[in-house]
Amino acid sequence: MHFIINGEAIDVEADIRTSLLDLMRNTLGFTGTKKGCDQGACGACTVLVEGERINSCLALAVQYQGCSITTVEGLAANGNLHPLQQAFIEHDGFQCGYCTPGQLCSAIGMAGEIKRNIPSVVTGDLSAKGIPIDELEIRERMSGNLCRCGAYNGIVEAISEALAHPTVGPIEERARA
Amino acid sequence: MNIFSYERASDANAAIALKKAGLTAKYLGGGTNLVDLMRETVEQPEVLIDVTQLPAEIEQRADGSLMIGAAARNTALAAHPAVRSDFPLLSRSILAGASAQIRNVATVGGNILQRTRCRYFYDNAARCNKRQRQAGCDALEGFNRHHAILGASEACVATHPSDMSVALVALDAVVHLQGLAGTRSMPLRDLHRLPGEHPEIETELQPDELITAVEIPPLPFASHSTYRKVRDRASYAFALVSVAAALDLDAAGRVRDVRLALGGVAHKPWRAAKAEAALKGQPANTDSFRAAAEAELADAVGLRDNAFKIELAKRTIVAVLDELKGDNA
Repeated sequence: MHFIINGEAIDVEADIRTSLLDLMRNTLGFTGTKKGCDQGACGACTVLVEGERINSCLALAVQYQGCSITTVEGLAANGNLHPLQQAFIEHDGFQCGYCTPGQLCSAIGMAGEIKRNIPSVVTGDLSAKGIPIDELEIRERMSGNLCRCGAYNGIVEAISEALAHPTVGPIEERARA
Repeated sequence: MNIFSYERASDANAAIALKKAGLTAKYLGGGTNLVDLMRETVEQPEVLIDVTQLPAEIEQRADGSLMIGAAARNTALAAHPAVRSDFPLLSRSILAGASAQIRNVATVGGNILQRTRCRYFYDNAARCNKRQRQAGCDALEGFNRHHAILGASEACVATHPSDMSVALVALDAVVHLQGLAGTRSMPLRDLHRLPGEHPEIETELQPDELITAVEIPPLPFASHSTYRKVRDRASYAFALVSVAAALDLDAAGRVRDVRLALGGVAHKPWRAAKAEAALKGQPANTDSFRAAAEAELADAVGLRDNAFKIELAKRTIVAVLDELKGDNA
């Protein structure tokens, strides 16, 4: 199987049953991505595929051959944290940290969705050109990522701040560079 | 998970030809439900036929109708400009379901054909007539808060979990099918079956048949529509009750036309035909809305944990119609 992970081309042999999550963690050593529920309920395994967030636990790796995948290991560049990572630190967006890689990748995927004007269920006017992103929108859009420490207030603050930062958004190009 | 072989189909003909190889082959969309079921060994396909490369275009025709390739992702359908403006109940139903991560992957065809989330269906240690014919049903006297109140049987009280399908049924959507015997189409409301004595047979599909597209006929007043989902938490939970509705009033404030469907209450997305019939020609007010809701739920049967859903469904119908009526004024 062939993948581009964090900008690096990788060829790997794997059992046909392997999930994208297990392939990354167990076979390739990208252990930043976490396994929580392994059934799509918690979001700890969230990664970006071609810039879009998915649950890697529910993804058979074989279905994603040839795809460009970004994990939490691909967020920092040249030794500098991604602005969203920095915001999580500054706003105490975690306690134990187990859900954090998924929260980070999910929020970056969400930023791309907002740029593409994709609505959420709490969006008032579906036909609005620019959807105002308030705390309610962020909480709804991030509902696929659970934090059992309950660091939600810090997570929402960190994401709010990072969304105002010019470079947050689809990060595939940077990962490839 | 059992061992399987994986094939990626380039088009519908190729997918169906692969299915011919054996009855234990399954079509694979985004996999968000099937992979989970395989991990629990509830599903044990020997061949997975990946159909995500099949047509995924969403096209609006001149008459206002919509043709949706079955491989379209849920996010793409919810975000499509024509869906947002002309069929907002469909956008809202999709956005009310699952999480963004899952909607990015799940296909329209797969959403329609997802399996129930009844916990006894998932649990191989429990009795389930859907998993194993005539094994018995542990949901009947078990934890059945999320189970059916309409159209259930002694054999099965499971619900169909899709939100999107509830809106599609309200819109008279038609599914286009292709199989070894050729192509055909049928109204979505006829695709899913009530459980009766055969809860293991969930749809009218032949084993080789594939959903290739979903068509929504024109319905101008659907631009005035919504979807309300009542659940145990504000987001990322299955419906206790949901209502998809579109309302068309005349100048005198009477109901000229109405579409109403319920989710979370039955083995299939439930078109509320009795309520629609009761509403047509009536003045649009809370009394007529309540009477229509009473008519629809007249045959409802509650179980140990879910009898509250009968009143909840009635109140949600009234609330949604009140909301749409207010928007009209």
